[in-house]
Amino acid sequence: MKFKLPLISSSEITPQRVFEKRRELIKLAAGGALGLEMSSWFSRDALAQTKLNAPLNPAYNLMERKTSFNDVTSYNNFYEFGTDKSDPAAYASNLITSPWKVSVEGLVGKPRVFDIDDLMKLAPLEERVYRMRCVEGWSMVIPWVGYSLSHLLKLVNPLGSAKFVEFVSLADKKQMRGLGSDIIQWPYVEGLRLDEANHPLTLLTLGLYGQTLPKQSGAPVRMVIPWKYGFKSGKSIVKIKLVEKQPATSWNIAIPDEYGFYSNVNPEVDHPRWSQASERRLSDDKSIFSPKIKTLKFNGYGDQVASLYAGMDLKKFY
Amino acid sequence: MVTAIKLPLYMPAWTLKNSINNFGKPIVFFLALTPFLRLIWFGFHDGLTVNPIEFITRFTGTWAIVMLCITLAITPVRMTFGWNQLLKYRRMLGLFCFFYTLLHFLTWSIIDQQLDLQAIYQDFFKRTFITLGLVAFIGLIPLAITSTKGMQKRLGRNWSKLHELIYPIAIFVVLHYYLHKAGKNNFGEVRIYIAILGALLTWRLTRWLLKKYKLQT
Repeated sequence: MKFKLPLISSSEITPQRVFEKRRELIKLAAGGALGLEMSSWFSRDALAQTKLNAPLNPAYNLMERKTSFNDVTSYNNFYEFGTDKSDPAAYASNLITSPWKVSVEGLVGKPRVFDIDDLMKLAPLEERVYRMRCVEGWSMVIPWVGYSLSHLLKLVNPLGSAKFVEFVSLADKKQMRGLGSDIIQWPYVEGLRLDEANHPLTLLTLGLYGQTLPKQSGAPVRMVIPWKYGFKSGKSIVKIKLVEKQPATSWNIAIPDEYGFYSNVNPEVDHPRWSQASERRLSDDKSIFSPKIKTLKFNGYGDQVASLYAGMDLKKFY
Repeated sequence: MVTAIKLPLYMPAWTLKNSINNFGKPIVFFLALTPFLRLIWFGFHDGLTVNPIEFITRFTGTWAIVMLCITLAITPVRMTFGWNQLLKYRRMLGLFCFFYTLLHFLTWSIIDQQLDLQAIYQDFFKRTFITLGLVAFIGLIPLAITSTKGMQKRLGRNWSKLHELIYPIAIFVVLHYYLHKAGKNNFGEVRIYIAILGALLTWRLTRWLLKKYKLQT
């Protein structure tokens, strides 16, 4: 008996390289089909953002793994849209970010209303990679785009009597479904001492990951103060007011013994309900079993900002 | 060839009532297990959010308190509507309450605190909501252990006494949840559980007072 070798033309043989990748190819095909179906959904927010020309400022870079764009924009607190950390991404799409004006007023020689386009051109935009430490005990590493707030403050000539800066966020019930709750006082107000506001690290922020801010991240303009807990950095800002007395800030009014005016990141001062000694770094290379990391005093920016608080008891001024 | 199919000699007529009698327990078991299965599914489908530990902790905590509410609702509902067959689900639901509490505890102690006994010890004394939660969990352990029929027989009248522990535990649980949410001044969901557990405990308290009053007169 003789076996007849089946004749297969070489064109019918799957190349080994393709054969070895067959699973990936199937996934890719499935993903491709899904991607096509979903592309309009994925891009509904993405389309709202435009690319920014903002070179990285090497003085503010970090050798730490960045938190992905998707994680930064799908998990954050922005109570104007709801208390759940998925609410901002789910409900911020109603926010109208253009036209947008920011009124800079109070104890200034030259009060001025800035249009968002003015702000974009007020100083050269730069990218800075900052740590973001939430008072709840988690942290991210985020590449923001903006410039030092001091550039803006210089333009309005703060008067000698100005000691503090108040940041007021938009509060519009029509656009923000979370404003119905009575958890904190609206509009959201945050504040800094004038010297803190003038510190080069204090970033007037217009972008994230090289693009204009997504709505859920505080579009079109927000503050980022990297050595303080995240809630100190107001989002979707409409007013910056220079004042003489320490401003009453939203979280401080709500629960004064848990959220101080200063709220510098400090592992030595516990939140009454949890320890601030460590934090959970949220980045996609971590498994759920990876340990927390130690929280750094002033979130690791002590060499730049500790002098602002020389002689102050940080346990008292938490 | 014909395969013989063995039929039971007696087949009860198909009625909803008979089905519930026969399949009630597996159905309730499956329903109560669904949240756990969902959690596993989330784990394999990138559904545990950006902060999985927080998500798992809150998810298991929420289902523990839901199971507690359902378990405590059995008796009032049974007595009010005369649905005595509900009683046979109580043990299982109580054990599910313990199951989700155990997951909640293990998530916190092993995954979140990395079994750092010093941190756990400090939290226990420093933070009231942790103290209340841990005491509630510890209180549930003897109830779970003595939930079997054998234990029920062995303990006799003391069994009911022991299992009345669930009332203070329920109060601890609600306070634990309330104090946790107080950190963000956010009581929306807590109010729901306060209302439900409050109603269930008030029902019992009222009955107890009525009984006591009648006995004395």
